[in-house]
Amino acid sequence: MSDRGDHQVSEQIAAVKLTAITKRFGSVVAVDNVDLEIADGEFFALLGPSGCGKTTTLRMVAGLEFPTEGSLKIFGDEAGTLPPNRRPVNTVFQDYALFPHMTVEANVAFGLKMQRVAKHEITGRVQEAISLVRLEGLEQRRSRQLSGGQRQRVALARALVNRPKVLLLDEPLGALDLKLRQEMQGELKALQREVGITFVFVTHDQEEALTMADRIGVMNEGELLQVGTPAEIYEHPVNRFVANFIGQTNLLDASVVSNDTVCLANGVHIPGKSDLLVGTRVAVCLRPERAGMHPPEEVPADQQSVVGRLESVTYLGNALVYTVVLDWVRLEVRRENQPGGYRPHVGEEVAVSWTLDAISVVRA
Amino acid sequence: MSSTVQPRGTTKIALTAHSWLVYLFFFAPIFVLIVFSFSDDNNVGRWGGFTLEWYQDFVEHNQLQNAVWVSVRVALLSTVISVVLGTLAALALERFKFRGRKVFDALLYLPIIIPDVTMAVMMLLFFSEFFDLLDAWFGLDLQKGLGSITISHIAFNISFVSVVVRARLAGMSEVLEEAALDLYATRWKTFRYVTLPQIVPGVAGGALLALTLSLDDVVITQFAAGPGATTLPVFVFGLIRRGVTPLINATSVLMLAASVILVALSLAFQQFSGRGGRPSLRAAREAVSAPPKTNTQIKEGINQ
Repeated sequence: MSDRGDHQVSEQIAAVKLTAITKRFGSVVAVDNVDLEIADGEFFALLGPSGCGKTTTLRMVAGLEFPTEGSLKIFGDEAGTLPPNRRPVNTVFQDYALFPHMTVEANVAFGLKMQRVAKHEITGRVQEAISLVRLEGLEQRRSRQLSGGQRQRVALARALVNRPKVLLLDEPLGALDLKLRQEMQGELKALQREVGITFVFVTHDQEEALTMADRIGVMNEGELLQVGTPAEIYEHPVNRFVANFIGQTNLLDASVVSNDTVCLANGVHIPGKSDLLVGTRVAVCLRPERAGMHPPEEVPADQQSVVGRLESVTYLGNALVYTVVLDWVRLEVRRENQPGGYRPHVGEEVAVSWTLDAISVVRA
Repeated sequence: MSSTVQPRGTTKIALTAHSWLVYLFFFAPIFVLIVFSFSDDNNVGRWGGFTLEWYQDFVEHNQLQNAVWVSVRVALLSTVISVVLGTLAALALERFKFRGRKVFDALLYLPIIIPDVTMAVMMLLFFSEFFDLLDAWFGLDLQKGLGSITISHIAFNISFVSVVVRARLAGMSEVLEEAALDLYATRWKTFRYVTLPQIVPGVAGGALLALTLSLDDVVITQFAAGPGATTLPVFVFGLIRRGVTPLINATSVLMLAASVILVALSLAFQQFSGRGGRPSLRAAREAVSAPPKTNTQIKEGINQ
């Protein structure tokens, strides 16, 4: 597990702190011994494929599931087995879970009413929350009279009106179409800055996590594999799974020869920094946009390369993706669509090249 | 606007004829019943001119009047109790996991599945044994009557109510309840402000069903009734054995009218209570539009 990014969690109390949290459903381990600290004011993403335990983790913070083992603290207070109605957190549910028999206004006021906040105060705070998410004029509508985006805003207002210390969002943009999703990504980010509350959101969409989150925790099969900023996760993935899950990547099988050399599967030794034991099976992670392409005899002296046959070219408009086949691996190279430059034809021999700082060596 | 899926030509004529035939089957007997309730002739099948005599008979018939009040009291009491118990059972089965849940689930359906007569004999045996025991242990001398009828009606109504409420609960997402808990509601407030408003159409449908079943039941009531009290259907059944007079027609018409008014009232209530909104209204209509008349019909419906 990486310690990177922990410099952001300063001496102040963590908003959410999980220590050795495990959750089992019968014999199934949904969340396996997870340690995680989320700082106050952070926009944190839990990222992973479906069934990886990210939603279960979120539900444990919300109090909708109790951990089987471990400690869960919210702003320093042990909250492991507190019921959801006694935690200073609120949730935006995946399909929003708006109360269909209530108006927008009544939905937003629900939490305050349950906390027995004074009537005049409720009115003011509800109005404030509704204008925060720009839903003025829709107060008397019911959820079925709203569009997907509007429902999402109601769900946000309904949670934020309670001024939670932590806001949990379960796939908040999952139910929206692509265009609206991209719009809401920016809006959510702006909203979080405005209210200054810690946001923890769960997503399976790596692009969403990269664009919105201050830090990302990548999960798979119940384990938290890596925690770090989007740049750290993208550029220095800890293992093959993370490298593959975040963005497109080429993975070249290799093994460690020394702390600055690895041996590729074709027997060639290349420079590659790692602190793993000699002999460890690793993969060299080469992002398609960082790979270069040259005629085999014209590779610059400061670059490493492998030679293969160009199998296909995919035209994307702003870029071209070349698929190069070697007898032991298939590589993708992405080049900006610039006039001039090297344009090999399908079937030609080409060299895929990289500089030392373009690759990272990850555990296989 | 006519689309290609709209029937046309012979098909259309045949379909129209068919629906009129169905209506004829439904309503011809009712029509005949109503007409002959105004017939001034002791013989049920013969028209003897218009009279309201049989309705006057109904009002002045002491035993009939007693039976009506017993019916109403039994129906109201058994409905209220079975709605509460049936809804609780539905909630338990639909929302909680507990030991013996499957067994409880299966047992709950028993009163729907077993024949009325079996249920009736069970009730008869139960009450006589139970009253004997009470007499032996506490010296209580209890008789079958209003109490035993009500208890036996509760016994079968719980099942029907819980089936109807469960169907509604199953269609309601559990996430709504989680959302309420997340928004600082206690378990009770979650039920009061989120679960109950969502299942009200189911509860109302269940209540209406229970009311109808209780008002209609003959077989079980006959066995659970005592010398002290008898319900209207059982009394009418007794009258028939002594010969059919238009008085029975008149009584039946009034019972029919009461049922129709009940359904209409329930719909009106749904309409004007407003807050329920359109979806719940639709569900209520579905639950109410064809209230099954007898236990047997419902059993058939459930078994299908």
